[in-house]
Amino acid sequence: MNYSQNELMIAAAARELQGARVAFVGVGLPNIVCNLAQRSHSPNLELVYEAGVFGAHPARLPLSIGDPTIVTGAVGAMGMSDLFQFYLQRGLIDVGFLGAAQIDQYGNINTTVIGDYKKPKVRLPGSGGAAEIAVLCEKILVITRLNKRAFVPRVDFITSPGHLGGGDARKKLNVRGRGPEAVITDLCILRFAEDTREMMVTSLHPNVTREKVQENIGWQVRFAENVETTEAPSEQELQLIRDELDPKGLYSR
Amino acid sequence: MSKVISMHDAIRDLVHDGDTIAIEGFTHLICFAAAHEIIRQRKNDLTLCRLTPDIIYDQMIAAGVCKKLVFSYAGNPGVGSLQAFRRAVEKNEPRALELEEYSHFGMVARYLAGAARLPFYPLHSYTGSDLPKANPQIREIGSPYADEKIYVVPPLNPDVAILHAQRADENGNAQIWGLTGVQKEAAFASERVIVVVEELVDERVIRADPNRTIIPGLIVNAVVVEPYGAHPSYVQGMYDRDNAFYVEWDTISREASTLNAWLDEWVHGLSGRADYVEKMRARFESLHPGNAFAEPINYGEYK
Repeated sequence: MNYSQNELMIAAAARELQGARVAFVGVGLPNIVCNLAQRSHSPNLELVYEAGVFGAHPARLPLSIGDPTIVTGAVGAMGMSDLFQFYLQRGLIDVGFLGAAQIDQYGNINTTVIGDYKKPKVRLPGSGGAAEIAVLCEKILVITRLNKRAFVPRVDFITSPGHLGGGDARKKLNVRGRGPEAVITDLCILRFAEDTREMMVTSLHPNVTREKVQENIGWQVRFAENVETTEAPSEQELQLIRDELDPKGLYSR
Repeated sequence: MSKVISMHDAIRDLVHDGDTIAIEGFTHLICFAAAHEIIRQRKNDLTLCRLTPDIIYDQMIAAGVCKKLVFSYAGNPGVGSLQAFRRAVEKNEPRALELEEYSHFGMVARYLAGAARLPFYPLHSYTGSDLPKANPQIREIGSPYADEKIYVVPPLNPDVAILHAQRADENGNAQIWGLTGVQKEAAFASERVIVVVEELVDERVIRADPNRTIIPGLIVNAVVVEPYGAHPSYVQGMYDRDNAFYVEWDTISREASTLNAWLDEWVHGLSGRADYVEKMRARFESLHPGNAFAEPINYGEYK
């Protein structure tokens, strides 16, 4: 079956959730990714939405992360105070899945401003729950399309901390979770070097060259010793995306 | 005595120029009817608090009633940017907008401190983030019990909270199901509370299901009955979120001129929510969900 780069990105991102038990679902692309994982290989994946839901089984793809479909049939619906304090801060979330307007080589994420905070060129929406998700989930996965505007050497504003300045910077500050583990894009998958915590390409999507990836990243990117080729989406994954989750193709075309 | 009054009178009597107000509701139960009445009455210099300003505050910012925003996520949920908010921040149009910015957990913690009348609230967040640099109200303190540092936020005590609910009795005992967001915390944090409901019910209905009471009439000043008052947001079990409108808003709000024309037609040009509902009626038909009832539970009779 033919597929788009976005469909491949979504399916590859969903596969990163295999084995996870509890996922905190971020706004935008993470939403379709987590729902795809639950409907394919991870039926027991518990979805947590910051709006106040644990164990969601959405019957349709929620357009916003506070959609009524996340409540009907969920294990628990609660106030946001319980959700943030007892589920997130208590340490019950394995994986936080985030999007990013801007991300740097250490996985720090900016969703606040482009330019100066006081006089921004572009005012972005801000943190939402991302600042605490980035700190409190055991690990973080990021999904965003690869381009030079998004992948910058240094973010203009750290909304959600990644590996900060690299190395053991995160540990030194006593940040609880381990931080970003993978960044899934429409061209490749990047992970973080053990020692420096610098982002490096570990998997190229089929028919994507190293040059094409480098053209879309704002710094001289490292490639892992053994760069893999990302597995194409399966027929079942494509059907779920096209027929059930995103029939209008808002995320996947 | 009944606290039921009209939206017009509730806003006239309980919302004053310069007030700090919180119209809360996380995606669910966002009281657009109250926002439109505030715009119609041309209230001024308001400080608006909300986790997600959403298109409700985008409309109020565009109408010029807001001087300051206290918030944590200013996007059009599921769509993209809030255009009027961006014009205010990037270009000072129609007026400059002061920002006090947190994360969601930070805002929740502020309401918790406000509701419980605590001097601050600690939370594990903000480590490594630039938010504390952008907002000096987010501060780090040492734990008095362990060698550990933690961020704290100050209490938030709005002058008025306006909270939408499925139902309440005439005393303002309000019940909510579905996402309860920060409705409870915002109510207890505020000096005055306006409860807006889809349905006014007898006190017996409330007393038959006390676990569902989120806001007690004890802290409520006024009850307004306004069916469809949360459209284009939603009310669980009653009407769905009008996602198409959230998408349309992106187009309507792209230019100040089209946004103002919308405000003229849908806010200034109408006398109240009943007019809006009448004018919007065709849209509501597709927003009614099917039924998904809970099993009845037995509270037991103990004599």
